[in-house]
Amino acid sequence: MLDRATLTSRVSAQFPSVILGDESGDLVLTVGRSHLLQVAGWLRDDPDLDFTFLTNLCGVDYLGREPRFEVVVHLTSISNKMRIALHIGIPENDPTIPSLTRMFPTANFQERETYDMFGIIFSGHPGLERILMPEDWMGYPQRKDTPLGYEEVAFTHNEDWVYANKPFAKE
Amino acid sequence: MGLEEKAGDLGIVTTTLEGLVNWGRTNAMWPMLFGLACCAIEMMSAQAANYDMSRFGMELMRASPRQSDLMIVAGRVSRKMAPVLRRLYDQMPEPKWVIAMGDCASCGGVYNNYAVVQGVDEIVPVDVYVAGCPPRPEELIDGILQLHRKVRGEKIDQRITDAPIRVDHLPRDRGSLKPLG
Repeated sequence: MLDRATLTSRVSAQFPSVILGDESGDLVLTVGRSHLLQVAGWLRDDPDLDFTFLTNLCGVDYLGREPRFEVVVHLTSISNKMRIALHIGIPENDPTIPSLTRMFPTANFQERETYDMFGIIFSGHPGLERILMPEDWMGYPQRKDTPLGYEEVAFTHNEDWVYANKPFAKE
Repeated sequence: MGLEEKAGDLGIVTTTLEGLVNWGRTNAMWPMLFGLACCAIEMMSAQAANYDMSRFGMELMRASPRQSDLMIVAGRVSRKMAPVLRRLYDQMPEPKWVIAMGDCASCGGVYNNYAVVQGVDEIVPVDVYVAGCPPRPEELIDGILQLHRKVRGEKIDQRITDAPIRVDHLPRDRGSLKPLG
C-alpha cells in the first residue's frame, strides 16, 4: 500500500517542476496547465499510484491575484485509500485549460459547471455548454466581479415606482 | 347533506346557471403537481390525512397540465425553470387559476439574485398569493378557500380579472391551531 512519503518522493522525482503542498492531510500538487494532462495521466496509469477516480473538479476565483483563476481537481485512489489534489492556476486574459474528460469521464459535467460559473474554457471537452444557467444567459455568475443581480424591494415609499416597472405577466 | 333537507320532498332545486357552473368548478378543482422546493412538503402535508384537501374535491394532483385547473407554484422558480412553467401554464385548458405559494413564488423571498425569478407573477398571472416561508398547510388551504370564493363570484361569460387576493399569516400561536378533523 502506498504511503504519503513514498507518494511525495515519487511525484517530486517524476515532475520536479510541480510544487507540493498540504491540504488537511492530503497532498496538493500545484501544476502548470501545460503539464496537467501529463501529471494526471501518470497518476492514473501508474500501477502503484492508481488514482483512477476523479472525485470532484471545481473552479476558484482569486480576484486580484495572479493567476486569477484556479481549477481544483481531487483524485482518489481506491486501492490505496488515498486522495490527492491538483491546483491549476489560470490567468484571466487566457482562461483555457486542457479537458480531463477523455481521461476521467466523471469530469464531464463538472467541467461544464465550471465553464458555466467561471467562464473557464476546457479545450478538448466533447460538449462544452452551460449546464445550470439558461443557454442565453450572459456572463459568469460565480466570478467575484459579476453583480449579484437585484430587483428593488417594494415599500410604501417606492411601491408605485416598483410596481410600475415590474414586468408582470399577461394572460 | 343540507341540500336534501332544504329541498324537502320536492326533488327540485332552483339556481342560476352561473351559480351551478361555479359550484362545479370550485368543488372539483384539480391542482397540478408543481412542487419546486420546500413549500412542496407543506403542499403534500395539506394533501395528506391530517389536513385532507380531498374535502374540497382536490385530492387529485395531476401530473399532466391538460387535466388540471389550478397551478399551485410551490417554491422558488429559477430563471431556467421559468419558460417551462409558462409552457405548462399555456398547456392547461381554460378556465385556469394560479396560486403563488410561499414568499419565493410570490416575490422572490430571500433569493433576491440573478438566478431566481422575483415573483412568479412575472411569468403567469397569479390569482392568490399565500405568504409564509413555507406557509403552513392551513395557510395553503386558506388560500385555496379564498380562490374558491373568488371563483364563485366569477361571471360565466367573462372571467373576472380583479386584483389578486393576498392571504396573511395565520396566528403563529400553535395552541390556537388545532388539527382539523
